[in-house]
Amino acid sequence: MSLNRADIEAIARLARLSLREEEVPALVDGLSRILGLVAQLDAADTRGIEPMAHPLPGLAQRLRADVVTETDQHERYQANAPRVEGGLYLVPKVIE
Amino acid sequence: MMEWETVIGLEIHAQLATKSKIFSGSATAYGAPPNAQANLVDLGYPGVLPVLNREAVRMAVKFGLAIEAEVARRSVFARKNYFYPDLPKGYQISQYELPVVAKGHLDIVLEDGTHKRIGITRAHLEEDAGKSLHEGLPGLTGIDLNRAGTPLLEIVSEPDLRSAKEAVAYMKKVHTLVRYLEICDGNMQEGSFRCDANVSVRRRGAEKFGTRAEIKNLNSFRFVEKAINHEVARQIELLESGGQVVQETRLYDPDRGETRSMRSKEEANDYRYFPDPDLLPLELDEAFIAGVRGELPELPDQKAARFASQYGLSAYDAGVLTASRELGDFYEAVVREVPAEAKLAANWVMGDLAARLNAENLEITGSRLSPIRLAGLLMRLADGTISGKIAKDLFELMWTTGRDADALIGEKGLRQITDTGAIERAIEEVMAKNPGQLADYRAGKDRLLGFFVGQVMKATGGKANPAQLNELLKKKLAG
Repeated sequence: MSLNRADIEAIARLARLSLREEEVPALVDGLSRILGLVAQLDAADTRGIEPMAHPLPGLAQRLRADVVTETDQHERYQANAPRVEGGLYLVPKVIE
Repeated sequence: MMEWETVIGLEIHAQLATKSKIFSGSATAYGAPPNAQANLVDLGYPGVLPVLNREAVRMAVKFGLAIEAEVARRSVFARKNYFYPDLPKGYQISQYELPVVAKGHLDIVLEDGTHKRIGITRAHLEEDAGKSLHEGLPGLTGIDLNRAGTPLLEIVSEPDLRSAKEAVAYMKKVHTLVRYLEICDGNMQEGSFRCDANVSVRRRGAEKFGTRAEIKNLNSFRFVEKAINHEVARQIELLESGGQVVQETRLYDPDRGETRSMRSKEEANDYRYFPDPDLLPLELDEAFIAGVRGELPELPDQKAARFASQYGLSAYDAGVLTASRELGDFYEAVVREVPAEAKLAANWVMGDLAARLNAENLEITGSRLSPIRLAGLLMRLADGTISGKIAKDLFELMWTTGRDADALIGEKGLRQITDTGAIERAIEEVMAKNPGQLADYRAGKDRLLGFFVGQVMKATGGKANPAQLNELLKKKLAG
């Protein structure tokens, strides 16, 4: 599995990473090799095997009762927010 | 226009009426101060783990059973990855390849009265995002994460809908159902029930679907209809002028009555779904599902069919009276009091009562007339104590005073006059006062009968028994 420059740029965009031009070739090579490593799995015969959704076999999701257990602590949670006003977190405008 | 066929699929988001969030113990109540109901799990702090709310699962299963769907014994939560400030974790926990509900259906009634079955591809559990507020903050966006983590059931239809009207009928049907099931409050103003519409057009007879546009976040039935109609017209115009529809997300602007492109991006959405490692597969055993099945109420279609046969109502009336569980309950409470007058009760509930509720913008639960009070009025109407016209006045009186029918009939002297002598006397007086009209009538102007009926009614304060009055009047006028 080999990635090209356009793949790396698309992945960076999705991950909101800004890459410098000179970083791209190393990432093309490095990520391609990681995919190559994982691609060995493709050789395994998985016919008749149910895909796992979790590495812990035989365990299922526990359910909790529908009970409100939390209290309003927004001031504590917002102590490390860069900007807050009237209880709202403020971020740069995101609408076009 | 006729050569184009519209193809619509809806994705309905119903907020589940749990007390706490789907993966945390924060409250879900609407209208709390900003961020008062967002805790560490909702905020995506490092080191926290989601724990699934049993009630949310139960509600999803309830919906699945009600639409005769397959309820998955094993389903899986997945991460849908995208960046937006109102999505603190950078991913939404949803279900992707293995949803909890698949392959159901609902029947809608078309305008001509025929039924159409709409396929429901799937319904899956997911968490809602927070809210972004763009107004009043120059250059900034305010983020309120109270809604983040509220449980949603996303209900995805097959592309079976062929017009905006069908889409609305289907959406209303789902709305009625989730309220019957008490799994969603259905409040569209508060965003508890909203939908995205996938709309495309194709040449009539074509097998392949056209390229679709997705209209986001429609939160009223009226907007759904208007937005789809606008989008269909836009696509047809585009195609007929040699253009092509671009697959994109569009936003409906109710003020301008049009849809416009929402994101000016060429890059396709790439959500990179993968199973959420923080959550184990959801496994449901037969006992759990049987337990939910046991809690299913009588469903809208079942209730409508029962109303039609038990009370002798038309399919249309039965449909109207079962549009909400509360309305059906109200109607049945009336009929319990006046079992012989089921049709009369239906007419009054759908007529005068509905009009009054409508005028005051009230739901049936806000009716100022209780079912027993309304039944009291119907009883007096049915046994001839009051006339139909007086019944309408009495209804208004009861509505404004909050008193019962018999008390008002006695006090205001509304009892119908059935004494032949009294009616005859009134007729004779009217005839004496209107010799000109009498002569004209006798000369062949039959239309004047209405005039005399009106005059005698006026003279008796509207209380003369109409059937008796008619009969006696004709006799007297004939001379």
